[in-house]
Amino acid sequence: MSALRTIDPAGGAPMPLEQAVWAALEDVSDPEIPAISVVDLGVVRRVEVGPGRVLVELLPTFVGCPAVDLMRSAVEERLEGFASDVQAVISFAEPWTSERITPHGHKRLRESGFGPPAPAGRDEERLLPVLPVAPCPYCGSLDTSIENAFGPTLCRAIYHCAACRQPFEQFKTV
Amino acid sequence: MTATPERRTTRPLAEPDLPKFDVGDLDQATREALSGLLLTMADDEFVLGFWDSEWTGIAPMLEEDVAFSSLAQDEIGHARLLYEMIAQLRGGDADDLAFGRTADEYRHCHLLDHPRTDWAFSVARRWLYDTADAVRLSALRRSTFAPLAQIVEKIRREETYHLMHMDVWMRRLAEGGEPRQRLEAALDSLWPDALSVFASLPDEGHLIDAGVLAAPMSELADRQYQHLLTVLGSLRLSVPGPRPAWEGGRARAQPSESFRWLWGEFTMVHRLEEGAVW
Repeated sequence: MSALRTIDPAGGAPMPLEQAVWAALEDVSDPEIPAISVVDLGVVRRVEVGPGRVLVELLPTFVGCPAVDLMRSAVEERLEGFASDVQAVISFAEPWTSERITPHGHKRLRESGFGPPAPAGRDEERLLPVLPVAPCPYCGSLDTSIENAFGPTLCRAIYHCAACRQPFEQFKTV
Repeated sequence: MTATPERRTTRPLAEPDLPKFDVGDLDQATREALSGLLLTMADDEFVLGFWDSEWTGIAPMLEEDVAFSSLAQDEIGHARLLYEMIAQLRGGDADDLAFGRTADEYRHCHLLDHPRTDWAFSVARRWLYDTADAVRLSALRRSTFAPLAQIVEKIRREETYHLMHMDVWMRRLAEGGEPRQRLEAALDSLWPDALSVFASLPDEGHLIDAGVLAAPMSELADRQYQHLLTVLGSLRLSVPGPRPAWEGGRARAQPSESFRWLWGEFTMVHRLEEGAVW
């Protein structure tokens, strides 16, 4: 892999192709939450580079997510010119879970008023889940309650913080 | 006026994005049994999604407008994935499976033959369905057909929220007064179809032998039934009747009036403009 040609993205120092692809993907944001990149969201499962080709595997956050097609074309557009054959594909080889969001992604979510997903303590065989507590992104209080498990997009739930009396959206724990 | 419409404006999801599998690895009997099972699941999710979407704009509160629209979006997304998988198994096209069949060719469970009715009815129906779906998905998690096991692992994480939401609504409606009465009436009329998700499949024995499905439908129905009894008991709701005996399969001599109406709605665009994509 390291023998592959290096490129010079945006005039920066040349770097190996695979590394350059990952760096470029940092520029592609989630169409529904532009504050976070597809890399920080954990949607990029794998980058594979070969002679003349780049393959990016994306894990959809939700199966019915209408932004998936947009993400795929945004990734292909951003990587145009990196190889003659650039392809982004959707994969279900492993489920996307909210644990895939990076620490930097959590920070970005908080900064834009989203509660990051709580760690999923799940009992796999239970029919009903225990709702994780969502900390308020504004004041950090844990005195919050869920208003609606369904928000403006499939991946977001609506909470209310009793401490600072602020409603906020949480990126769902899945 | 115009030339033949473009068949596709977007790439179909299945090419090349579904978990890849080699149809040639499956013998003919397994392939047929598997696509039969997948069709029941896809039709369930698809039909339920369209019933959910009937609440968009008219749900009793704004939050539920959003919630039921999201539920619909989830279910139709799941159905799309399953139809793509069937299309790979059988050859053919997912859009044709979704929209190109006559009303009597759908294999959704009988629970989904009823109309939307009132809010309590929609909640009760969805709760019955979601309890069955949770049991069904857990019986497919370790399927030897890896592409199915993979998407089940994804789908069940989403369905968890559906069941949780319905559980909240069951508790809310059961608190008393008119909501409770309506809930009881809904459960009474739905009870005969409560376990209909687990109508036996003609070749389920083959699916179990092949390791595609973990247990027979009758056993899954038992699991669902036990869960229903537990929740009804905790809400002090009476069990509407004896354990429903589900002898029939999913095929019907005649589609129900309600389903025929819904079918007319969801196939309308496809019938008006052949080749339109979703």
